[in-house]
Amino acid sequence: MLELLLQTSVNAIYAASYMALIAVGFVLIFGVMGVINFAHGELYMSGAYAVVYVYAENQLPFFLAVAAGLVFVGLLGLLMEWALFRPLRDNPLGGLIASIGFLLILQTLAVLGFGVRMEHIPPPTREMLNVFGIEGVVLSVQRLYVIVATVLLLGALWVFLRRSKFGVALRACAQDAEAAALQGISMNQAARIAMCIGAALAGIAGALTAPLVRTYPFMGHSVIVTAFIIIIVGGIGSLEGAVVAAVLYAMVHTFVTTFIDGVIADIVGLLLMLLVLVIRPTGLFGIKDRA
Amino acid sequence: MRDGGSADRGKAWGWLAGLGLLCAALIALPHLLSYSQQEIAVFLVINVLLVVSYRLLTLTGEWSLGHVVIMGVGGYASALFTKALGVPVPLAMLLGAASAAATAFVLAFPLFRMKGFYFLIGSFAAGEVIRLLWKRFRVPFGGPKGLKLIPSFPDLEIGALTIDFFEPVNYYYLCLLVVSISVFILYRLERSRIGLTFHAVHWQDSLAESVGVSTWRYRTLAFVIASFFAGLSGALLAHYIGTVNPNRFDVGEMVFVLIWAIVGGTATIYGPILGVVVLTIINEVVLRQLGFDQMRPLFYGAILIASILFLPQGLESLVGKAREAWAGRGGGAGPEDQRFGAQ
Repeated sequence: MLELLLQTSVNAIYAASYMALIAVGFVLIFGVMGVINFAHGELYMSGAYAVVYVYAENQLPFFLAVAAGLVFVGLLGLLMEWALFRPLRDNPLGGLIASIGFLLILQTLAVLGFGVRMEHIPPPTREMLNVFGIEGVVLSVQRLYVIVATVLLLGALWVFLRRSKFGVALRACAQDAEAAALQGISMNQAARIAMCIGAALAGIAGALTAPLVRTYPFMGHSVIVTAFIIIIVGGIGSLEGAVVAAVLYAMVHTFVTTFIDGVIADIVGLLLMLLVLVIRPTGLFGIKDRA
Repeated sequence: MRDGGSADRGKAWGWLAGLGLLCAALIALPHLLSYSQQEIAVFLVINVLLVVSYRLLTLTGEWSLGHVVIMGVGGYASALFTKALGVPVPLAMLLGAASAAATAFVLAFPLFRMKGFYFLIGSFAAGEVIRLLWKRFRVPFGGPKGLKLIPSFPDLEIGALTIDFFEPVNYYYLCLLVVSISVFILYRLERSRIGLTFHAVHWQDSLAESVGVSTWRYRTLAFVIASFFAGLSGALLAHYIGTVNPNRFDVGEMVFVLIWAIVGGTATIYGPILGVVVLTIINEVVLRQLGFDQMRPLFYGAILIASILFLPQGLESLVGKAREAWAGRGGGAGPEDQRFGAQ
């Protein structure tokens, strides 16, 4: 029993990692631009297909494929900012609607390019580690990559936002776009950076988890639901909140999945979100009401 | 109104003639279509009710992502009433719609503590919970495969004539009748004092509160009425296709409702209807004929983006402009002053 509990915790830490990558990008985009990026799950899907194309089909090294996913999806983010979100900045629902259009386009391109079947990508490593030195508690090295990458990337992002000039400008835009503009901060540039980073985080999450999940054109759907739950529980616009909420949600979801079943786990997650919305709409860490 | 009696009467005759032509066209329509196109026409008429009821909710300023699930509640409830309790189909349809309304009433308690973006997300979460419950519980909802063998609408016998509603043409007429009545009710409702209050709740909610209007109560009322008609459309659908399942009512379907409403526009009652009709024709007729089957969602996405970028007021704004141009040529007053909220 202890082994099962420990194993489930290890699984939850892995789940929390990639969820945090996705949710932090989602929050960053919402915080700076005020746009709900409904296509975030499809950005994740695009990262996974970058790995399918570069690694599985062209036999190039896995980490090259991950880097390709990062860059490709970051560029997709820039494209979305330039073509969709910038012209629609004054239209609060507009960005959401446009991102739904973009989502349909990305899904169709994936179907046309790779077909609707599920891709099984052989993981670059099948090595397993014993955690805590216990025989029955294992963590695959592939999952460890995800956890390490998350810690590194989110740490780097945190330093970037706190220490660099861009980071401060970005946070200023998230707090008050008008006041930031009065201080000479370019809203366009802040939006570009936020969108590029946010998309790239989703892309690398997709790329790293591609060998661990089933890759197919409609895989983004469950991701967007997860991202919604995490940003609501953590508080809209709060990056720290997103990380804490990702850990919390991953724990709850993994444990309920293990001990009851997956659909109940989804229901519990959604009820958790509704509960937070009713009792404390600003979330656990939210300060400001952006809506 | 200010043009004097004769012009007024002329206008009224014009409207009546237009309405007559529209009715004639709608009645003649199925006979010009192939069998599979007749089926599409049935779905189109059902979707008109869905999107027009959705618009009622948007009048109060709230955009829901749970409307299609509410439609599903109507379908599931109506199916269960007939299958488990043996209620006759027409009555079960009304009961299904009432169940959808009741569900909305219960959901209103948590959901209308939220506004704007939070309501959007909250309605999505609530809808997903309902949908997952259908998926999880085989009894009574049939699990992931849903409910099958739902009884169809009973044959109608008038003397020697038997009308079989299994035929798309006949079911099309039935739906057309039900939907026309529903749309008329929704239209009258919007023009009534209640409808005006919905507008007030949207545009001036603090002012409305300060003169004693309970915004919570009116938001709930709009939600419940909209859900009743969404449920009715779900029941119409369920007894036609004979099966309902959780995936039929997922967020992907909801996206289409959103697209119809946005592309058509929501300022007028004909806006969303234009949206659903035009997009269905493009999707089912034009793109299908061109053979772009797999690429259809791509075109749909591109149309959505183009319309939000270049036609943010929706197709209905084109109608307004066309009318203005027409009125400008004829020298008469534009119809704009009759639009809602203009006085």
